[in-house]
Amino acid sequence: MACPMNCQVEEDPAYNKEVSLSVKLMQGNEAIALGAIAAGCRFYAGYPITPSTEVAEVMARELPKVGGKFIQMEDEIASMAAIIGGRVGGLKSMTATSGPGFSLMQENLGYAAMAEIPCVVVNVQRLGPSTGQPTAASQGDVMQARWGTHGDHPIIALSPISVAQSFDLTVKAFNLSEKYRTPVILLTDEIIGHMREPIELPDFRTVEKYEQAVTEPPETYKPYSNQTDVPPMAAFGRGYRYHITGLFHDEVGFPTQRLDEVEPWLERVNGKFERNTDDILLYQADYQPGARKAVLSYGASARTARHAVKQLRARGEKVNLFTAYTIWPFPEKAVEELADLVEQIIIAEMNLGQLALEVERVAGRRKVKRVTRANGEMITPDMVVAAAEA
Amino acid sequence: MSEHILEAHYLTKQEAQIPREDWFEASETLQHLRKNKKFPTIWCSGCGLGVIMGALIRAIDHLGLEKDQVALVAGIGCTARMPVYMDFNTLHTTHGRALAFATGLKIARPDMKVIAIMGDGDALAIGGNHFIHAARRNIGITALVVNNSIYGMTGGQYSPTTPVGMRATTAPYGNVEPPFPICDLAIAAGASYVARSTAFHALELDKYLSEAIANEGFSLVEAVSYCHTTYGRINKLGTAAEMMRSLKDNSVPKSSFDKLSPDEQQANTKIVRGVLQKKNRPEYTQIYDLLVQQQTHQEEIRLRNVGRH
Repeated sequence: MACPMNCQVEEDPAYNKEVSLSVKLMQGNEAIALGAIAAGCRFYAGYPITPSTEVAEVMARELPKVGGKFIQMEDEIASMAAIIGGRVGGLKSMTATSGPGFSLMQENLGYAAMAEIPCVVVNVQRLGPSTGQPTAASQGDVMQARWGTHGDHPIIALSPISVAQSFDLTVKAFNLSEKYRTPVILLTDEIIGHMREPIELPDFRTVEKYEQAVTEPPETYKPYSNQTDVPPMAAFGRGYRYHITGLFHDEVGFPTQRLDEVEPWLERVNGKFERNTDDILLYQADYQPGARKAVLSYGASARTARHAVKQLRARGEKVNLFTAYTIWPFPEKAVEELADLVEQIIIAEMNLGQLALEVERVAGRRKVKRVTRANGEMITPDMVVAAAEA
Repeated sequence: MSEHILEAHYLTKQEAQIPREDWFEASETLQHLRKNKKFPTIWCSGCGLGVIMGALIRAIDHLGLEKDQVALVAGIGCTARMPVYMDFNTLHTTHGRALAFATGLKIARPDMKVIAIMGDGDALAIGGNHFIHAARRNIGITALVVNNSIYGMTGGQYSPTTPVGMRATTAPYGNVEPPFPICDLAIAAGASYVARSTAFHALELDKYLSEAIANEGFSLVEAVSYCHTTYGRINKLGTAAEMMRSLKDNSVPKSSFDKLSPDEQQANTKIVRGVLQKKNRPEYTQIYDLLVQQQTHQEEIRLRNVGRH
């Protein structure tokens, strides 16, 4: 195949075929970028911000190789807008940012939830508020991920605990966003994003990819049909000419204020995850019979929690360990079951108590003990052990 | 000249006799409107937006574009409600962000004609950053900015194009901020086609819009209009018809403007209508697609080397 740019790349017989296979050492942020490409992401729009910039750098380098497109927008507002536009045009799309940029994305994130445009937003959390500490880790955006945009809306947020899982959950984020026509937030943090771990990359061709399938002909197609949980989305320019708006809309997408049109939509959109929780809620329940205490955590803090539980168990104590990978929607049934099993749940998170509010809501305030830290330092296993022993 | 243009819009006797229910089939303009959308529009009677929508439809029709090939992207405001009535791929986005959404869409579908429809507040206040950067990239989007010098939908607040001294609900003692010259801004930022006309000169708008849409790079058409229900009322500028007429009386074609002496040009306060920029610059998505072709080719070779193909 002749290159239109007349490039002179020759086949190299000495190239080591073994190199590209096998295990690699990489950062969480790099794994996210590769996971996105493996999931079929072909458009990335972003704006540089610490500690997420590596995602953009890898996307800028790798996307053109697979026929994808990268653009560095003028700000995060534009980045979020552009990925929605890109997905409307038919390309699976992603952006990545951190605290301040995530704040700027909120309005258009709500637009994506309202207009049901699939997209993935990576938030590599750093210490806030405001500019905070750009290079320090935090889990301070948990509530913003849920309620950052105005109005009630559905949202999914996933939180990886390792480099390998950064890859896997990015793939999952894309598949969930396509399957449920929703923005999905990959809520990672500076520790997981910058940490290097070995990861065995799969053959991207074998990675499961969810694809929208519109079967209705254009004449009867309803982009917002309330007859099904998730009506498939037609891309622009393929014969389905319809209207997309951030206003309340009817089944064909036109703005409406009629209650008989608004209410079925509200019911469907805000209920679409509830009816599919088995598919969306990811967590690991590592329980011991007879345990009276449990440690619950997510993201980088879950690594601390694991370490602490290991120490406690080594001393012969029985402790349950719950690791949440899906943060939103909150896995309330599973946590409810956990609360029934134990007398106390210790939640460890790098903020002043955000997911703790959800755990307390489900388990009751008196059953929950918070181990929190919001100064840029990681929670240590000792802090968790001390809380369990107190 | 102007009277002649206006005359062309009168219905012919024959057209006037067509029964209302057959209008969609009989008129090429109406064929581009959505049959399943309720009319009339949300716009106040007498508004210039209907005329501008007609001009846009005629421009698209003149170019012979398929409806599926055209995407209309809009922000928020009276002007931004235009796409919902038109039978294309239509995306009504958030305030100020039409060009940012349009950028993503154009990158995903470089083959489509993407038109961003914005008001002056939408494009130049909240969306000013996206406006200059879209022009800088020379991405193949046509920006239609309807400039009525006011925020109409929210009830008449001053905008970045309200002239100094004019009143608005948020400038009760007269506006003290100098306005943005929209076309100059676009030219300075790198737009490859820039033209200005008014809601009165509808057929002139048709022409400029067709040229803008046909242009491969970033195009701006400023359609000067008016808002008689807010700006006109507050500043006592008369009825919609009177404001429409003032667009005729207070504008001058570029050809006439160019003949003026430098002093006269300096003193000119009339709206200058015409093509203000036409320049060949590489279009963003075409450049990027070349880069993609080159990189996919190199990747192909690399994969062959590692035995994946």
